[in-house]
Amino acid sequence: MPRRTRLRKVVAPPEFKGYKPYGTYKNSKEYVELLYEEYEAIKLSDYDLMNHKEASELMGISRPTFARIYESARRKIAKAFVETKEIRTVFGNTQMDDSWFICNACQARFTIPKTLKQNICPMCSSDQIESLNNQK
Amino acid sequence: MSKTVITSLGNELTSQFDKRFGRAEWFCVFDSETKGSSFIKNDFADSNQGAGTKAAELMVELKADKIISGDFGPKAKELLEKLNIQMVVIQDSTSIQNIVERISI
Repeated sequence: MPRRTRLRKVVAPPEFKGYKPYGTYKNSKEYVELLYEEYEAIKLSDYDLMNHKEASELMGISRPTFARIYESARRKIAKAFVETKEIRTVFGNTQMDDSWFICNACQARFTIPKTLKQNICPMCSSDQIESLNNQK
Repeated sequence: MSKTVITSLGNELTSQFDKRFGRAEWFCVFDSETKGSSFIKNDFADSNQGAGTKAAELMVELKADKIISGDFGPKAKELLEKLNIQMVVIQDSTSIQNIVERISI
């Protein structure tokens, strides 16, 4: 019986559902599934320029595990590039930061600190807000 | 009576909104009571590390209640959450003026 997979903490989910290649004759429906934690690994190390140790602590996993997720992410992206496949993001073994909300009226994403009483969108004052936690 | 910080590419109301927080060029501080705005240069924009943390500390000095930006780094996010400062993420490519008008309604 292997150990259970620890949930990886993700600060914020990606803002897209996927990427599609264009300018190709191939019209296949094949795709590569990029997990949220893999997106986060790429973001932390290549966009925020953190080292693997810092990034792994942030995601609540060990450094070797982070390295594995990061490698798997790179390989998936490379596979999609070379084989002209679509990339789709899927939830994976992720634990979302529960503090993010989205406004359905203006698409702004925001947090609500404990000191704030009203639950309205800070941009358009709409009350059509939704938590991004555990969204599938 | 709240102060909102908006990340900006320049130091005028017509400037474009900056989608980065720690490495934003300028911070626009908008006071919802006096409807006044002032601009503060981000000196940490080009630092190699810890730009987000330093910018978050600057927000405390400015007594900001709300920050509007395009993306918050993980360190800045953690810190701002502890400090009870509201973070707002929008992806619009627009001017500071436009955002100020939207929040001051």
